[in-house]
Amino acid sequence: MTKKIVVETTINGEPTEFLCEPRQSLLECLRDVLELTGSKEGCLTGDCGACTVIVDGRAACSCLIMGPEAQGKNIQTVEGLATGSTLHVLQQQYLEHASLQCGICTPGFLMSSKALLDRNPHPTEAEIRYALAGNLCRCTGYDKIVRAVMDAAKSAGAKMGTGATTRGPSPKEMTEQFVKEGK
Amino acid sequence: MATVVVPALLRKLTGGRDRVIARGRNIGELVKDLERQFPGFAGHLVENGDIKPSVAVSIDGEMGTGGVLDRVGEASEVFFIPAIGGGWR
Amino acid sequence: MAASTNGFKVIGTRPVRHDGVDKVTGRAKYGADYAFPGMLHGKVLRSPHAHAIIKSIKTDKASALPGVKAVITAEDWPVLSDKVEQGGEGPVNLAHLSLNLLARDKVLYDGHAVAAVAATSPHIADEALRLIEVDYEILPPVMTVEAAMKPGATIVLPNLRNKEEGPDKQTNIAAHIQFKRGDIEAAFKSADYVVEREFKTAMVHQGYIEPHNAVGIYNADGHGTIYCSTQGTFAVRGLTSALLGMPEGNIKVVPAEIGGGFGGKLTVYLEPLALLLSKKTGRPVKMVMTRGEVLRATGPTSGSTIRCKLGATKDGKLVAAHIWMGYEAGAFPGSPVGAGAMTIVAPYDIPNLLIDAYDVIVNRPKTAAYRAPGASNAAMASETIVDELAEKCGIDPCEFRIMNGAKEGTAQTAGPPYKRIGFLETVEAIKNSPHYKSKLEGPYRGRGVASGFWFNVGLQSSAVVNVHTDGTASLVIGSVDVGGTRAAQAMIVAEVLGIDVNDVRPLVADTDSIGHTDVTGGSRTAVTTGLAVFQASQDVVRQLKERAAKVWEKKPEEVTFENGVLGAKGEGIKPMTVKEIAGRLARTGGPVTGRATVNARSVGPSFASTCVDLEVDPDTGKVQILRATIAQDAGKAIHPSYVEGQMQGGTAQGIGWALNEEYFYDDKGTLRNTGLLDYRMPTCLDVPLIETVIVEVPAPGHPIGSRGVGEVSIVPPLAAVANAIYHATGVRMTELPMSPPRLLKAMLKKRGAAESQAAAAGR
Repeated sequence: MTKKIVVETTINGEPTEFLCEPRQSLLECLRDVLELTGSKEGCLTGDCGACTVIVDGRAACSCLIMGPEAQGKNIQTVEGLATGSTLHVLQQQYLEHASLQCGICTPGFLMSSKALLDRNPHPTEAEIRYALAGNLCRCTGYDKIVRAVMDAAKSAGAKMGTGATTRGPSPKEMTEQFVKEGK
Repeated sequence: MATVVVPALLRKLTGGRDRVIARGRNIGELVKDLERQFPGFAGHLVENGDIKPSVAVSIDGEMGTGGVLDRVGEASEVFFIPAIGGGWR
Repeated sequence: MAASTNGFKVIGTRPVRHDGVDKVTGRAKYGADYAFPGMLHGKVLRSPHAHAIIKSIKTDKASALPGVKAVITAEDWPVLSDKVEQGGEGPVNLAHLSLNLLARDKVLYDGHAVAAVAATSPHIADEALRLIEVDYEILPPVMTVEAAMKPGATIVLPNLRNKEEGPDKQTNIAAHIQFKRGDIEAAFKSADYVVEREFKTAMVHQGYIEPHNAVGIYNADGHGTIYCSTQGTFAVRGLTSALLGMPEGNIKVVPAEIGGGFGGKLTVYLEPLALLLSKKTGRPVKMVMTRGEVLRATGPTSGSTIRCKLGATKDGKLVAAHIWMGYEAGAFPGSPVGAGAMTIVAPYDIPNLLIDAYDVIVNRPKTAAYRAPGASNAAMASETIVDELAEKCGIDPCEFRIMNGAKEGTAQTAGPPYKRIGFLETVEAIKNSPHYKSKLEGPYRGRGVASGFWFNVGLQSSAVVNVHTDGTASLVIGSVDVGGTRAAQAMIVAEVLGIDVNDVRPLVADTDSIGHTDVTGGSRTAVTTGLAVFQASQDVVRQLKERAAKVWEKKPEEVTFENGVLGAKGEGIKPMTVKEIAGRLARTGGPVTGRATVNARSVGPSFASTCVDLEVDPDTGKVQILRATIAQDAGKAIHPSYVEGQMQGGTAQGIGWALNEEYFYDDKGTLRNTGLLDYRMPTCLDVPLIETVIVEVPAPGHPIGSRGVGEVSIVPPLAAVANAIYHATGVRMTELPMSPPRLLKAMLKKRGAAESQAAAAGR
């Protein structure tokens, strides 16, 4: 059996050291070694986003990162989103908007949403959908998730409401957004 | 004297009739009477002394939960239909 | 449009769910989150062949791998039955279930489980699987309804018989169901317009984000505990007990939080294996499926072939329906073709009909329920033909549905008359919606409307309400919460007891801690468990009145209870709140616990109507949904946000089913799209905000008037999208999914035909 490797990293602001086999993914290390089971396993191929964490400020699928690659990195998981017993505004808005039904995708969505708002505090609906397109939800149809993120962004301003009706971005708007993001 | 609506595939036992009259105070007695009138009928509905899990019974528009014990009124209308989303017992 | 509260104080409001904080902080424990000291990891070896005889299985090399503690095959558990069986009988055939979980003699689909191992790490377990040697004799696979029903087809289940073909005929047809009334021949003759088309829909998966999981812990005293994400703890207990030959009462099933089910987690796959491996090793065993296993080897829903013929008079009256339906059951009987047959024309009053429905065995995974099972395939066929007939008659599609709509007293397909229903109200809601009234302009843009129906089942539920000394209450139920129902149940307690909803703590309990409760499925939880909760709360009120009577030296009948306050006429009698009487329970007889159990008759069915606007890219065939509105009859919405959530979720799943999702098997019967990149479900770029209209036509006989809300929303979207595509492009699609290559091909064919017609006309 291959010898385990010591990995030194920072997780949710805490210096953290853990032992892992080279074949263990960061997701596996978080869940099975560090007992941080908030990040979820949905596909192991980077398609569903349930394992999304923030690595050095960037949202990433932890199932696609090997444990040893976390060496020296700054990692944020859903367990570190709240401040003590005070929920992050995103967590509050997800609850107010009933943006979760089964909740399995919620940690991943929260981390993707946070990564978005950290770099773009006032996103449009198209920008939100683009940023969250790597997170799959099968329960909600995304409506209440998008509303929650919009309200979290506006948190000081007028609320969007749970039952309001608006139009989604058209294909033309989406294309413009993709071009703008340089993809 | 309940009216029983005959499932389409069992009409070959009733000479093509889609509605027949049968007697019984409950579903169990009704099925016995149907078997008496149309031999072979009961085997499609009953097994081990109770209504088959794959069969649901509607009595006057309400789904029964008592199997052979469900009471049948003097002028009830009874349907035997495929069970949907059957329970686990 | 928000639902009104109608005189209720709590029901109809939108409190934050009680389990919400745990779920947004990552504290909530789903099945794969559990860990126990000494725990082993289990993995399953699966057949790479769609159809083969198992000649031998050699496990010694796997057993010898360091870290491997047990290897099992079907030899390690009871043979449940090997007699000739009638197909399609019974909602669960235990012999088939046993064979599905561990193959014996034959493998019947790519992914069929053949053996399982338990090892000290999941990676070692994976290595062990590679060391198991299975000798297969490959047989030709039967992959479609047509291939399976052809005379001379390869037989998949040698012991399968059906009633019609008799005891001596091997067959792939597990069941034939028929509904017949009136005289379709005469009726079609009287029709001015008759449309007949053949539809093919592909096998699709429920697509829950959380793979199946189970932790089995077997104790030396013969008792076992299973932690798992399931829609039905009592179902897991009953099925595991039957498969392992253990007394049911010796198994405790603890519900973990569940990451989606939609019907796919109503049965068992891993639970009995985990418990058996735990029995063999003496240690807890955890098993979690990979996404590939979920797609290959759990329970997708049927692909189908449907020939649908509807006839109408020129003033728009539907007069006849003649329908043939063949649904893939997968490797064992039990497709939802019966439900498909009973829902296909359920929204309409059609006096003459003949529907023949067949449950067909193919070398694909055994199908499981998927949200209104059978109904979406069916509605794709009927609702597109209804659209075509409406167009031929020159009648608006909403008007056409209203003209023919079922109402109270209309005979259902299976015969019994509808009680009070809200179908027409959902169509009116669409017709009057801002969406439908808006103009849709632009090339290659179209609008489509469709409707759908689903029964709601009743079955059994139990509920217990404990009053605490501080006037708060805990609610114990057995219904697993997939989408917010524990909040709705707590709201019912709060409503009846007149206390704050945050003073009610709902708990979804294990199978030892609550009475029998049937599955979370069939759109039954808010309604039927809600009924038990309502009655248990009323039981509490009855007891509180007795306690107040003791304090006031009155008879219980003289005590009133309103809005959480007990009162009685008399000198010096001061009203007491629930909180106040709660402080006096010890002196008046002891703790107060209310309880109720129900075995409910099927309660009010639900209808939904959906309108979709979309744009088609003429160069690629890609469809972008621009706007979607769904109107659904909820009877009475207990928590409107979660009712809206069910409506929006089902709509999104329906859109995925319509546009992109399909199982792709090659000619060897191997599934080629075993990941979520190629099994393409909608992302949030694929759907707009989804407008919801909660229609409330109370269900008769229910104290709150609620109807089931979980399923029907997935029924209309397939046809709504197909109808919108027609109105955008002039192409009537009859094959699902209407993915870009298929739609483009159809558009090019139409363009080509139009061009040659124009060229011919020009000459």
